Amino acid sequence: MAAVTLRALRKTLGENAILRGIDLHLNDGEFVVLVGPSGCGKSTLLRTLAGLEEPDSGQVLLGDRDVTLRPPRDRDVAMVFQSYALYPHLTVRENLAFGLRLRKTPEAEIARRVARVAEMLSIASLLDRLPKDMSGGQRQRVAMGRAIAREPSVFLFDEPLSNLDAALRAQVRVEIKKVHQTLKTTMIYVTHDQVEAMTLADRLVVLSAGTVEQEGPPLEVYRRPASMFVASFLGSPAMNFVAATVAPDLARVTAEGLSLGFDAARFRGKVSAGQSVMVGVRPHDVSRRPDGGLRFTVDVVEPMGFEAYAHGRVGETPFVMRLDGHDALPAPGDQLSAAADVDSVHIFDPVTRKALG
Amino acid sequence: MKPRRIAWGVEFLSHAIAVAAVAFALYPVLWVVSLALNPAGTPAPRAAPWPEVLSLVNFRAVVSSSNSAGEWLFGRQLLNSVLVSSATAAVSVLIATPAAYALARFRFVGERTAMKALLATQMFPGVATAVPLYVMLDTLKLLDTRAGLVLVYATTALPFALFQLRGAFEAIPRDLEEAAMVDGATRWQAFVLVVLPAARPAIAVTCLFAFMAAWNEFILAATFLSRESAFTLPVALQRYVGEYDAAWGRFAAGAILVSVPVMAIFYAVQRHLVGGLTAGSVKG
Repeated sequence: MAAVTLRALRKTLGENAILRGIDLHLNDGEFVVLVGPSGCGKSTLLRTLAGLEEPDSGQVLLGDRDVTLRPPRDRDVAMVFQSYALYPHLTVRENLAFGLRLRKTPEAEIARRVARVAEMLSIASLLDRLPKDMSGGQRQRVAMGRAIAREPSVFLFDEPLSNLDAALRAQVRVEIKKVHQTLKTTMIYVTHDQVEAMTLADRLVVLSAGTVEQEGPPLEVYRRPASMFVASFLGSPAMNFVAATVAPDLARVTAEGLSLGFDAARFRGKVSAGQSVMVGVRPHDVSRRPDGGLRFTVDVVEPMGFEAYAHGRVGETPFVMRLDGHDALPAPGDQLSAAADVDSVHIFDPVTRKALG
Repeated sequence: MKPRRIAWGVEFLSHAIAVAAVAFALYPVLWVVSLALNPAGTPAPRAAPWPEVLSLVNFRAVVSSSNSAGEWLFGRQLLNSVLVSSATAAVSVLIATPAAYALARFRFVGERTAMKALLATQMFPGVATAVPLYVMLDTLKLLDTRAGLVLVYATTALPFALFQLRGAFEAIPRDLEEAAMVDGATRWQAFVLVVLPAARPAIAVTCLFAFMAAWNEFILAATFLSRESAFTLPVALQRYVGEYDAAWGRFAAGAILVSVPVMAIFYAVQRHLVGGLTAGSVKG
């Protein structure tokens, strides 16, 4: 087990700056999820940790050991690949034992660990099969087992669930969490899937264009997004943004079809009367209220069963709101009146796109 | 009813064409077989591709051929062919495998130039170099030797093997060797323990092609070999149809004997020819 420290990591591929100065400290035993859109550098960051990429500058520390220039085999990390990368000519048993044999682990110890992993992941019946004779879910398990058998100080996961179908993904997600609770080893998990990010992480690191956009416990990041990027990346459907003006009372923002109160204490000293801002409200935080400050015109309704999403406009700005599935659903063209709680109203600077409070 | 009749017609026509094509391809082969089994030894002017009399006289004559000193020539020449072809396959694949891996995986100065130069050698008809090669082999005292022939064959087989194997290595996902390296392997161990086994079918096919090219090659062998006991089988075969004598029956029997080992090898490695060994290693 080990803590992981990244200091000012930079990496450029050709003309493209992939990592633009990443500083992160991951505590021993923490489950950290690196999340971001494709091209944000999350996979490169993980590969740099594994030793598969060399940074242009900066440092990688495992525990207090500087491994920046060490090859992967000297790092005591294990990685689960998106493609699983099982050795095609080896049985499951030999796949699990591969890393241990390379490290000259005694046969008895190898047998013990393989048996333990097989039991932990319920793959004991697959031990003599070749990768090609297994389903995607089974291969995924073996790939995870191969990492676990190594008993590394850090686990690295590179989008391990993206080749599984939705049902299986939900199931394996829970299993990964269980494995972490059992082993209590540092795990670093890369994904672009916000559900995986929210459910698995002790700490979420949102990356954008090679920099850390925000980090923190997932719920905190969700509730207090530091930028419009983070706000729109987490949550589905994404947060609505409307260009608005701060009212003279410094407690409301107004725009065409919109007049919402915000948490005056949170934004005190950070906004001024008449200031142009971007207001962010999540679809789930908006509710129908006869005297609400939002005038919403419905274009399309998507019923999901227990809830429904109405897509429409506030003023001229596209807007989505969640409706209760048990209520009578509105028809296209209907005007709804709605409101949002003060603490669910986020205010961003329209130029820097950073949160103001 | 009508569409069905049309379908039947199309079916009949396509089968007729296929049968005709097969007959066209098989006819000369059957002729050779018939010739080999015909004790008269000269081609009879008839169209039917089967012999009137069945006899193994020609085969016996070819297999038991010996020279004036009483040396068993056929055995000697068979050994020459086997050794030269195996060595050609071994040398070219041994050199091509690491080279192809480097060309598939690493970016280095001169990489593109190297590929172009290799391609250029493939454009050049091998026979065109017969004269300079003769001079070189003569200087090296390698005329009339197996080693000389292997050297010449391997240099022509190598670029082809390189292209074949580079394609095969490029098809192997990088993830596999990266997984091995994270698991504790050096780059070399990852290559030997993971990449090579995954490339086994391609290596087998490349070996086979190099072997076959050497096994069947005639022109260069006939140029560089003059001692009967140094001949490879194709050269020996050709001598049956000489200026003063045309022993077509023995020639045909020899031709069949020469092709049997290649057919046997093909049969043995066809399991490897079917790809899919990497199936299941990556993606679901």
